[in-house]
Amino acid sequence: MAGPGNIPPSASDTGYRSLIGPLLLPTWAVIGIFMVLPVLLMAVYSFLTKEFRGGVIWDFTLAAYDQFFVTRGLFGDEPAQIEWTYINIFWRSIWQAGLATILCLLIGFPTAWFIATRPAQTRGLWLFLITIPYWVNLLIRTVSLKFLIRDNGPLNESLMAIGLIDGPLPLVNTNLAVQLGLFYSYLPFMVLPIYAAVERYNFALSEAAADLYASRWATLREIVLPVVKPGIIAGCILVFVPSLGAFLAPDLLGGAKTFMIGSLIDEQFKGSQGDWPFGAAVAMILMTLVLIVLLLYARAQTRGATR
Amino acid sequence: MSIAVDIRDAVKSYGPVTALHGVSLAIADNEFFTLLGPSGCGKTTLLRLIAGFETITSGEIRLFGQDIARLEPNHRPVNTVFQNYALFPHLTVLENVAFGLKMQGVDAATRHARAGKMLEMVHLSQFADRMPAQLSGGQQQRVALARALAPAPKVLLLDEPLSALDLKLRQAMRVELKQLQEDTGITFVFVTHDQEEALTMSDRIAVMSNGRVQQTGTARDIYEAPVNRFVADFIGETNLLQVDVDSVSEGRATLTLPGGHRITCPSASTTTGKHHLSIRPERLTISPEADLTATVDRVVYLGTDLQVIAHLEGGQPITLRLQNAARTTPPDPGQRIGLHLEEGAARLLAD
Ligand SMILES: Nc1ncnc2c1ncn2[C@@H]1O[C@H](COP(=O)(O)OP(=O)(O)OP(=O)(O)O)[C@@H](O)[C@H]1O
Ligand SMILES: [Mg+2]
Repeated sequence: MAGPGNIPPSASDTGYRSLIGPLLLPTWAVIGIFMVLPVLLMAVYSFLTKEFRGGVIWDFTLAAYDQFFVTRGLFGDEPAQIEWTYINIFWRSIWQAGLATILCLLIGFPTAWFIATRPAQTRGLWLFLITIPYWVNLLIRTVSLKFLIRDNGPLNESLMAIGLIDGPLPLVNTNLAVQLGLFYSYLPFMVLPIYAAVERYNFALSEAAADLYASRWATLREIVLPVVKPGIIAGCILVFVPSLGAFLAPDLLGGAKTFMIGSLIDEQFKGSQGDWPFGAAVAMILMTLVLIVLLLYARAQTRGATR
Repeated sequence: MSIAVDIRDAVKSYGPVTALHGVSLAIADNEFFTLLGPSGCGKTTLLRLIAGFETITSGEIRLFGQDIARLEPNHRPVNTVFQNYALFPHLTVLENVAFGLKMQGVDAATRHARAGKMLEMVHLSQFADRMPAQLSGGQQQRVALARALAPAPKVLLLDEPLSALDLKLRQAMRVELKQLQEDTGITFVFVTHDQEEALTMSDRIAVMSNGRVQQTGTARDIYEAPVNRFVADFIGETNLLQVDVDSVSEGRATLTLPGGHRITCPSASTTTGKHHLSIRPERLTISPEADLTATVDRVVYLGTDLQVIAHLEGGQPITLRLQNAARTTPPDPGQRIGLHLEEGAARLLAD
């Protein structure tokens, strides 16, 4: 019998290949039941008719999508026009998520750089420190953040105590608070992939650039950033995508003014005000948007690789 | 002849580790200068000091008279061919070669034309649009060379650029590099631990060990007239015999060989007493007119040469090389042979 360690590549290849199928069965089952099935269910629900007080009636219709994109006036008797309400929520969400991504990049890149350039023995410790906040549930952390920045919270109290400000800074229920929440929630998703890329970066390239008359800035712009770009893009996707659908931070820290997609979807599945088909449709539209972004990224990647 | 690189008492310490203990070198303009020494002797450190990647702990570095010790690497008119090439993986071969010119603000058309010329020079024109990862090791090495030459530096630093290549390619590249240096007139500072490479390519060689320059000179100087045991041993093969020195005067020593014969030979030492005598194996001949008597242990066939491994009466080993010519009849193991020292075969060393 061939040991698993050193099989001659072709001889027992077929034997192993016949094993791969059965071995992957649990994986396929998990992906199927917990990933594909819910998405399919969501897709189907988005074409069903809404039942009041939640739930659906098995009556296929495009009503949910119509509700998202089209308005016919308050009483439904005017000519069809583009419904801007939800598109605007999407737009604001994209903007918020984009801003959070940029913020995470600006802070995350130097952080990742710092960790990756520490001696090998201490890098693990730094990464460990980065992950510590994630031992606590996101909801609790977001609530704590709200507690920290509220009008009579520790931040405002201490700022007032040292006389830096006269009255409390109105932080809660602002875009700034939402940004803070998103940034705080997703920063590690930016740091980790960039760290992985910088750690693999060959610093001799920076020396070669300096040797060829590049200033520090030129080296960063022309060599470092392009070479670690895959890590940066991965980090941006990992921050942007969940930020786009986030509902804890906007809900708890932003209030009604900073309504985002996540909250919109969340609302459709809550209590008697809910509209399941509409919630499903919004989720499908969001997913399509994310897929388009990922496909564009994948195309850029393959083009870069074959260049 | 003007001095291109002038290094005086260069000391480089990394915390408690001292990599260079006071190195002084004067490298002439248009010279092919080689730093030769075993691993860890400080060759790369010295090169990095010249390039500006390390700051000198104490001492002076001048480039054509200008003090550059505190100058950033991007302000030094010096380019480097890195040991592992360090080609930019996201740029094409042409863009790699044009990079230095781009950073100097040369416009796109001019720099691409010049980069194209450089690629022609290293016979890589047809690879201009490839990415570095799509090239063989030898091709990457030549791209690195073209990239470093494109901005027309005054001094080119090369850190073991041939070490990753196979023997045939390495030999071909030696000739090409030497030719290139002569054609461009650029001062080359070439690092290697391969003595054959150093001997065949260099105008002058600095032999280094333990962070010090042991000897500087032409290939002939250091091969024929090594100043100390380290150089004699490191460059080529040699026999080191313990001898008693009777008298020294005007660079010549009179000494007693094992077996009692007295000879006079050139000397790097100025003191009498026990010293080491270096005898090159190819300068020994088997002859009845013997200076030394030895017993043959074995004969090794090396193709062009025969290596005879023997020992002297006192037990000290001695090796000689005979050309593998038709008339050569090698001695048999166990046979006693007389060895004759040709003129200039022996040299007394300082320790
Ligand atoms: N960054 C550093 N920190 C501490 N010690 C160093 C550092 N760089 C080099 N050294 C030490 O300095 C000495 C000289 O190193 P260097 O790299 O110059 O050797 P080298 O002659 O180029 O050797 P090789 O032929 O193996 O490349 C070595 O003992 C090395 O351990
Ligand atoms: Mg080295």
